[in-house]
Amino acid sequence: MAAVAGSLRSYRSVFAARFMLMLQYRAAAAAGFVTQCWWGIIKVMVFAAFYHGAAARQPLSFQQTVAYVWLGQAFLMLMPWWGDPEITEMVRSGNVSYERLRPLDTYFFWYARALAWISARMVPRAALMFAMVALLVPLVGLRQWGLAPPPSPRAAALFVAGLLMAVLLSGAILMLINLLVVVLVSDRGPSLLATQTVTLLSGILVPLPFFPGWMRTFLFLQPCAGLADIPFRIYSGNLAGRLALAGLVQMAVWITALIAIGRRLTERVMSRLEVQGG
Amino acid sequence: MNGIRLYWRFLAASVRAQMQFPGSFLMLLISQALATSGEFVGIWALFRHFGQIKGWTFPEVAVFYAVINMSFSITEVTARGFDIFGPQFVKTGNFDRLLLRPRSTPLQLLGHECRLTRFDRFLQGAVVLVVAAQFVHLDLGVATIALLLATIAGGVALFAGIMILQATLSFWTIESLEVANTLTYGGVEASQYPLDVYVPWFRKFLIFVVPLACVGYFPVVRILGHHDSLGAPAWLCSVSSLMGFLFLAVALRVWRIGIRHYCSTGS
Repeated sequence: MAAVAGSLRSYRSVFAARFMLMLQYRAAAAAGFVTQCWWGIIKVMVFAAFYHGAAARQPLSFQQTVAYVWLGQAFLMLMPWWGDPEITEMVRSGNVSYERLRPLDTYFFWYARALAWISARMVPRAALMFAMVALLVPLVGLRQWGLAPPPSPRAAALFVAGLLMAVLLSGAILMLINLLVVVLVSDRGPSLLATQTVTLLSGILVPLPFFPGWMRTFLFLQPCAGLADIPFRIYSGNLAGRLALAGLVQMAVWITALIAIGRRLTERVMSRLEVQGG
Repeated sequence: MNGIRLYWRFLAASVRAQMQFPGSFLMLLISQALATSGEFVGIWALFRHFGQIKGWTFPEVAVFYAVINMSFSITEVTARGFDIFGPQFVKTGNFDRLLLRPRSTPLQLLGHECRLTRFDRFLQGAVVLVVAAQFVHLDLGVATIALLLATIAGGVALFAGIMILQATLSFWTIESLEVANTLTYGGVEASQYPLDVYVPWFRKFLIFVVPLACVGYFPVVRILGHHDSLGAPAWLCSVSSLMGFLFLAVALRVWRIGIRHYCSTGS
């Protein structure tokens, strides 16, 4: 028991150290924020034009779509687009072999770093974005363009749970990308593949309910849906009751499965590691 | 040797370097073009669902998409030197070396690197344009093709102007500012849809401040033979892409002011 608590403590300090480090990049966060506002505004206007003259019944109401767009911009940094850049660097220099020497489970060590990397980049931008679109935009009289609060406290609570799970899920996907980088000794292919897959299948490019009907069951069940689509639709009340719970269960299943797969793969990959450099 | 000859020499050297591994280069280019077509899939899904946007059909919007992406791609390939100007020239002090050479700095920066892999966007745009042209029944006369080429040229000039302004800013900020991405990548995003989709203040921004609509929306309306709901006369649509060159000229003037303020960081 003491051993478990001890190793948990080390993963927690890994998390804390990386989190503090990533919070230092304030200028990058500010610049990213302006860019994200711009993209969000364009998307909201494009959707307003699409909804103008469209049939009354849509899979998402306009207000829900707007919430989807803004949440997508606020939590953009949640997306596992690339592998961990420091691990990529380690693979390039050959220092990845030192990871074998640590008295820690490599998977969970890297996973803790990934979680810190994701959440530290996400939290400041999300906070700024929420202040902007949930408070400032409605205050200047553009209520229908702003982010409406969730319809019920229950939806809000489920959203928070979904968001925390999304971070865990994103970390698990990021770990698979890391492992691919280790195997291929290059991050170029894996990042290209991951960026495109995640952007399209998570729903941040186009909300998943707008894809043709025959794709929807598949789109709801695939792992990337948990990165954006499920939590965002829970937020706006589009997924409520049983469907919301089904969404969270789907995420829990994928998190467990991807961590299990990742852990097995790490053992295999790290036991016959080929390194460059000397 | 005159400037243009020298520029070709720069270009040839850069292309030769990247073509050392032609197979790998080709694979990278094709896979990138396929991979980045996700954005177009998104537009397709929206049109499949909604049918039209303010009266515009999917093939028509695809032409807007194609033209702006082709323009931006050419700028991305050629103006790399300005894109990385802050971190690679100002911060390192390397710009001093450029100033010592008896050639203009924009020429040297244009010749800095020709990033061929970014041509994927152009390929994608060209494919979209050819396919969309079958559906919108483009009248492919000399006049249309000339206007199309002029539009793309104007777009290239405008995006180059934006990148030069971005580079100019780094004389003061040293670092390169990510904010300029709102006008480059964000500009491409905004220009993928017809201008009447946007609210009036945003339209005015895209016409008068950063004239993206002049190198996208207006000439494409003319090419498509579509009625312009904003009421711009046809002749204006034919010549509006000149605004791109005007923007570039202004950007080059600002660049010169920037150079006068340049204070080397090197030692």
